[in-house]
Amino acid sequence: MAEKYVGRSVKRTEDPRMIQGLAHYVDDIRLPDTLHAVFVRSIYAHARIKSVDVSEAKKAPGVVAVYIGQDVAKIGPVPCGAAIPDMKLPDHRVLASNKVYFVGHPVAVVVAEDKYAARDAADLIQVDYEELPVVMDEEKAAAKDSPVIHEQFGTNIAYKLTAGEGDIEAALKAADKIVRQKIVNQRLAPIAMEPRGVLARYYRGEQELTLWTSTQIPHMARTSIAVMLGMPENKLRLIAPEVGGGFGSKLNVYAEEALMGWISMQLDRPVKWIEGRRENMQATIHGRGQAGYIEVACKKDGTITGLRYNVFADMGSYFQLLTPAIPTLTGLMLSGCYKIPAIQMNVTATFTNKVATDAYRGAGRPEATFVIERALDLVAVELGLDPIAVRRKNFPAPFGAENPFKTATGLFYDSGDYELSLKKALEISNYDKLRADQKQARSEGRIVGIGLSTYVEICAIGPSSATPAGGWESATVRIEPTCKVTILTGASPHGQGQETSFAQIAGDHLGVNINDVTVIHGDTAIVQYGIGTFGSRGTAVGGTAVYMALEKLKAKATTLAAHLLQTEPGKVTFADGKFTAQGGKSVTIQEVALAAHLARNLPPDMEPGLSATSFFEPKNFTFPFGTHIAMVEIDRETGEIQFKRYVAVDDCGKVINPLLVHGQVHGGIVQSMGQALYEEVVYDDQGQLVSGTLMDYALPRATMIPWMELDRTETPSPVNPMGVKGVGEAGTIGATPAIVSAVVDALAPFGIRHLDMPIKPEAIWRIISKKSAGAA
Amino acid sequence: MKTTINVTVNGVTHQSEIEPRMLLVHYLRDALNLTGTHIGCETSLCGACTVMLDGQAVKSCTLLAVQADGAKVTTIEGMASGSNLHPVQQGFWEHHGLQCGFCTPGMIIAAAQLLERNPDPTDEEIRHGLEGNICRCTGYQHIVQAVQCAAKKMQSKTAVTS
Repeated sequence: MAEKYVGRSVKRTEDPRMIQGLAHYVDDIRLPDTLHAVFVRSIYAHARIKSVDVSEAKKAPGVVAVYIGQDVAKIGPVPCGAAIPDMKLPDHRVLASNKVYFVGHPVAVVVAEDKYAARDAADLIQVDYEELPVVMDEEKAAAKDSPVIHEQFGTNIAYKLTAGEGDIEAALKAADKIVRQKIVNQRLAPIAMEPRGVLARYYRGEQELTLWTSTQIPHMARTSIAVMLGMPENKLRLIAPEVGGGFGSKLNVYAEEALMGWISMQLDRPVKWIEGRRENMQATIHGRGQAGYIEVACKKDGTITGLRYNVFADMGSYFQLLTPAIPTLTGLMLSGCYKIPAIQMNVTATFTNKVATDAYRGAGRPEATFVIERALDLVAVELGLDPIAVRRKNFPAPFGAENPFKTATGLFYDSGDYELSLKKALEISNYDKLRADQKQARSEGRIVGIGLSTYVEICAIGPSSATPAGGWESATVRIEPTCKVTILTGASPHGQGQETSFAQIAGDHLGVNINDVTVIHGDTAIVQYGIGTFGSRGTAVGGTAVYMALEKLKAKATTLAAHLLQTEPGKVTFADGKFTAQGGKSVTIQEVALAAHLARNLPPDMEPGLSATSFFEPKNFTFPFGTHIAMVEIDRETGEIQFKRYVAVDDCGKVINPLLVHGQVHGGIVQSMGQALYEEVVYDDQGQLVSGTLMDYALPRATMIPWMELDRTETPSPVNPMGVKGVGEAGTIGATPAIVSAVVDALAPFGIRHLDMPIKPEAIWRIISKKSAGAA
Repeated sequence: MKTTINVTVNGVTHQSEIEPRMLLVHYLRDALNLTGTHIGCETSLCGACTVMLDGQAVKSCTLLAVQADGAKVTTIEGMASGSNLHPVQQGFWEHHGLQCGFCTPGMIIAAAQLLERNPDPTDEEIRHGLEGNICRCTGYQHIVQAVQCAAKKMQSKTAVTS
């Protein structure tokens, strides 16, 4: 019996190159005669450009070219792939010309023989600005008397949208109680450890442009950049080499990518731009940025009858690829894992003098989950009910393919058993004992809290009808003459480990060793068109395409094997890499692969070779879910929060590699801890980015993170044949409300029912000090 | 104006003419083409650029190459002995201590130094020892387990040789 790979914690095949420093990220790719680009970026949040003097910079040693907005006017606008009715679409150019709209807005680019020379020359560029009043607050931006960022629109309102079903007015009218709260999801910076980077090379004779860029969407980026540059798409080869993290920030098409291509075409030399961390904080998309108001209609027994969410969504000054679409994902997930008959979201999306928001890990769903989970907690507090009882009251019964769960946001959840993961998390955490411990601690004067979230997310994005540019994924599987297996995937993994998990799928399917499987991704000249990696779709959509291609391939191999064995395909069985006829005669898959390529003895209607391509179009999204429980203790003197326990039970359907799933969940939870307790993009009232370095933007470090106790339940998805749901964003979606809930619970004796994120020790210390002073 | 430095990197001595302002990380990456050392923040906050300089883990993005004149530098490329991975590298592989891999070279160097100083660290000591290195992918838990695993491997190796 050959070793089975699927379901096992197989070590990653991509690791040896990474742990030895031998992987190639964009900046590690070296081409002779490469020029280096450095940007001059706006130091103001909103200003008119009166003049740009590049004369000194052009004369500086080593400088080859300097470009400003007027020079690059022929490059098409930076694309926005999302469309919302009556949406205002700003004309987003690769360099600013007349006005700058945020600190970090690119104004000029210097190209020089080396990066030191480029940096020196950039400092010689004189930009004369006339400062304009700034718009920093997403809610005030909508006011009639606000300064307007894009004058041609006469307003900062990018769009208004109402979504949801059911009679919310009736629900609010009939409610025993209406719970209200302002809920803020602060702006966050994705901070992939590898900043963005682009290397461009143009071959004039072949008229071929190659772009190496740190992206999650090589094919979509190729299409968009070819349009921007006005060149044939098939003359642009885009390669995502090793990508050092994305978290949504590289699910985009950026000005710098097109510009580097254009410059290499002008100068006939390779040109490279590597983003600095400060640039990354200023000019790579941010995430979240929603300030909303909830009204929850409920009955005395805790039954939720309606939810209204009126939200101001901070777009920033321009749209990037999916900027306006992110709040719509929030709207889709507002029902959480509860039966709520009436839901309404009213979005007012506004322009502000900040960099664009866009997809950051979870992309709209962490916001929704935070809203609905806070809502459930607040209902429990205000009705004097147990938060778990309120959740159970509103859970749907377990459901699956036969009886999908329909929400008032218009979705049909694929499968779920919310009680199952809740029960398991309560058992693992020994919840009753935690509560007893809390009671004991409080009697000793300690400040201890327990919080819980039962979440559901929308993943495996997604049906093409619900996505702007195709929601399918592609795969080609080839068996080479020597029986090595090559997989070409349209997914573009950048840390998720699909070189391993796809090899596991192929290994089991074909009875080959995973070390004989190579997974190729990210190169548009090698891989058939694909969509990319985001929205927890890599395995559920990309992996399914691999699975389907393998099925096709195996069917052909079976037919050929039957021919070689002089029998019918239906009379051949395949196991452990061997096709066996009923009489016991057999051929190995190696022999079949060779025969397919030698093509001397094929069935009359069979084409030579052994390769199959599939495009998988999912019929629905998948809906992973789970329960997270946090226990915290707060230091009375300093307000510091210490985790006592963190338990997570996640259900991402069938699992290919438990080790990788754990890694995804850990990382997701820690980004949640970042949002709940540490991270916050701060602009001052002049639009300066105060949190512009890693000194000022508090990323979680190892000492700030507790031991996480993970477990799973496994509810297969009916949407794809392997039953997988996806797990890349689960932790980021499920954990934030549990953590906030724990801190709020700890401070309940101080009269606290809700706190804004990030919950800093200072705020807690003030709460405790005020109460203590009042008591004294 | 250029200056001459002599630096031994991963056991090989290099004599190089460089600009005095050249950062050590650029020297390693651009002059010696050792691109395993990464640049994540340029401000010594993230630790991606960590290398060993005369036995001390340092952040090479905020050191000048001239400061390494006459010194011995070990980068991630010098951690394995031939095809034998360093125990810390093995630990990271076995325990899935990396995802995107960008922080990994610096993290491995920092972890190796931690284990040199403290061969049997507690979970808390490992976290403290790696506080200068940021990982955005793993949530650190598998990294802690990787370092614990490496500690065990190194202890058993010591036990065998002694």
